[in-house]
Amino acid sequence: MRRITRIATVGIASAALALSATACGSKSSSESSGSDDKGGKAAIAYDIGGRGDQSFNDAAFAGLEKAEKELDIEGNDAEPSEGEGDPDKIQRLTALARAGNNPVIGVGFAYAPAIAEVAPKFPKTTFGLIDDTSKTGPNIANLVFNEEQGSYLAGVAAAKVTKTNTVGFIGGVETPLIKKFEAGFVQGVKDTKKGVNVKVQYLTQPPDFGGFSKPDLGKAAAQGQLDAGADVIYAAAGLAGSGSIEATAKAGKWAIGVDSDQYNQKGLAAYKNQILTSVTKNVSGAVFNLIKSVQDGKPQTGEIRYGLEDDGVALARSNPAFTKMTDVIAAVDKAKADITAGKIKVKTAP
Amino acid sequence: MKKFDKDRLILGLAGPALALVVAFLLTAVVLLLSNLSPLEPYRLMIDQIQFTDVQVLIVNQTGIYYLAALAVAIGFRMNLFNIGVDGQYRLAVMLAAVVGAAVELPGPLHVLLIVLVAMAVGASWAGIAGVLKTTRGVSEVVSTIMLNAIATSLIAWMILPANLGVRPEGSNDLNTGIIAESGWFPGLALDGGTIYGFTFVAFALGIVYWFVLNRTRFGFDLRATGASESAAQASGVDAKKMVLTAMLISGAMAGLAGMPMLLGQTHTYSLSFPVGVGFTAIGIALLGRNNPIGIFFASLLFAFLDKTAEGIGLEGYPKEIALIMQGLIVIAVVVSYELVRQYGLRRQQQKVGEELAAQARKKKEVAA
Repeated sequence: MRRITRIATVGIASAALALSATACGSKSSSESSGSDDKGGKAAIAYDIGGRGDQSFNDAAFAGLEKAEKELDIEGNDAEPSEGEGDPDKIQRLTALARAGNNPVIGVGFAYAPAIAEVAPKFPKTTFGLIDDTSKTGPNIANLVFNEEQGSYLAGVAAAKVTKTNTVGFIGGVETPLIKKFEAGFVQGVKDTKKGVNVKVQYLTQPPDFGGFSKPDLGKAAAQGQLDAGADVIYAAAGLAGSGSIEATAKAGKWAIGVDSDQYNQKGLAAYKNQILTSVTKNVSGAVFNLIKSVQDGKPQTGEIRYGLEDDGVALARSNPAFTKMTDVIAAVDKAKADITAGKIKVKTAP
Repeated sequence: MKKFDKDRLILGLAGPALALVVAFLLTAVVLLLSNLSPLEPYRLMIDQIQFTDVQVLIVNQTGIYYLAALAVAIGFRMNLFNIGVDGQYRLAVMLAAVVGAAVELPGPLHVLLIVLVAMAVGASWAGIAGVLKTTRGVSEVVSTIMLNAIATSLIAWMILPANLGVRPEGSNDLNTGIIAESGWFPGLALDGGTIYGFTFVAFALGIVYWFVLNRTRFGFDLRATGASESAAQASGVDAKKMVLTAMLISGAMAGLAGMPMLLGQTHTYSLSFPVGVGFTAIGIALLGRNNPIGIFFASLLFAFLDKTAEGIGLEGYPKEIALIMQGLIVIAVVVSYELVRQYGLRRQQQKVGEELAAQARKKKEVAA
């Protein structure tokens, strides 16, 4: 008797589940609203680290903020959860598109599969995808950057500035994207000064993306490189990079920032004097341009590439200590001219 | 005897119920402390259920959690703390994806091969901890945690394009190549999305789990060894063999946890494949008291918290509320189960005492 009741319970439970899945759902969250077609809303969905990373995500937010001010739109944003998968990203993008946001921008390559799935369901909405060209579509704009070119310039500057002939590169997570930064930086250093030793370290390996979000990891790595004699450290590690900047600045050595102009970041103001420069990636400009194009009724689609020539990537010059080093600036300018003229080919993988 | 069972059922339900109430109240306190409405987020979460796409997400996630929690529960039943479910799950799904993308077989065979590879990899990874425990007495807690870290590094190395990985044109992601369509597990298409077919396999495995543990000699040996290793040994159970077997089955089950997502959604293992499932599963197995029905409802609850958190995030509330709630549930569960257990013991003693007293009185009356 007891056995039968328990089997029956299991049976009822699974049947109830199947029923709840098939019968009770009468409305899909994707069909409601979205009719508000004034186009007054834009949204970004952040990559790991989220808003407040002083770097990649904040740059995207800056673009959204600028659009809010200048284009008079309503900006929305959404944070990811740690360790989430494609269905979560699909849900997030669907919710943002459903709420009438146009464009909806996925910050980071991890959004590629999700955008490929959601974009066809909202043909009137433009989807922006940063750092990825693998998924394309009539309403997808792929916003990509030549990070290796900016990193090359950072390498030139680092090689010129170093006194110990040792410089450091700290990558957040060992992904192809961050390897692009490493490749450019190492090549820039080697092309400028042969004997300089480049210490390369990655904070975490995927699927552990903590290397983009944990400043303590960046701090420890920078400390190790400082102990090994490095006096210029370039960290491409999102929020974790701020830990590396902290350690480097406290030791009185030069830090090179990434993505945003970190000299001007409020969260890093205490260390700004030691932030030699930053390899900026004009994510904010790219986000703004995409929002503007949608507002103007001519939404961008396909691959939109930003490089040195249009300052899509650049070396920041906000630290007066850096601009005073005229020979360094001259070398950087020459390298920039050579790259844009095609005389120097920067590798995209180490 | 029958009455006693009812008591046990009520006590069994009291544990999780108490834990949920405490967690709910504590979360409300956290919300109040951060100057937010203590009830509004719950309302928003419950609002989310009416959306069909959220329903599908919840059901799919429930299946994934269910498998991983069963893997943990098998260990628990045996007094083994398999913390390595996450590593076993990731390594298994990665290698299964590699094999799945490398071959092309007729439909069911292709799926079967992928599933078998996942089980074998998960089992052998957990088996390392099992062998270490039986031959060297290494605590499985320590070894499985370390194996998690090793799995992370191993996957990071294997997924490099120079080894087993593929970098799709124009992408900054790495994956293991796309599995041909014959290796996809058909799902149940609804207007809110597709329920992974493997989700139903997951629930069926719950029945298998219940049957094997409660209705077979093997299950009895396993439970006996978990209750008291020396007693089991004395009654003729090879305890070492049981430890190893339990570890292997737990690992194989952990390997299956990645299948709903791999066979039903991504069809490849990439850098953005979900992680942490194995850790959440520990809390779920605890909440579900290692009981297949309990685990089902615990998985459903955790999946609900996970998937409706997105909605409150969009309304301006921090969606970490769901995470806080999950953490509080796990803590509250441990405390409330102990409380309920002690209460049950006291009650049992009282009852036995009363019965004995009644008997004694009867005897006296007879004697008088």
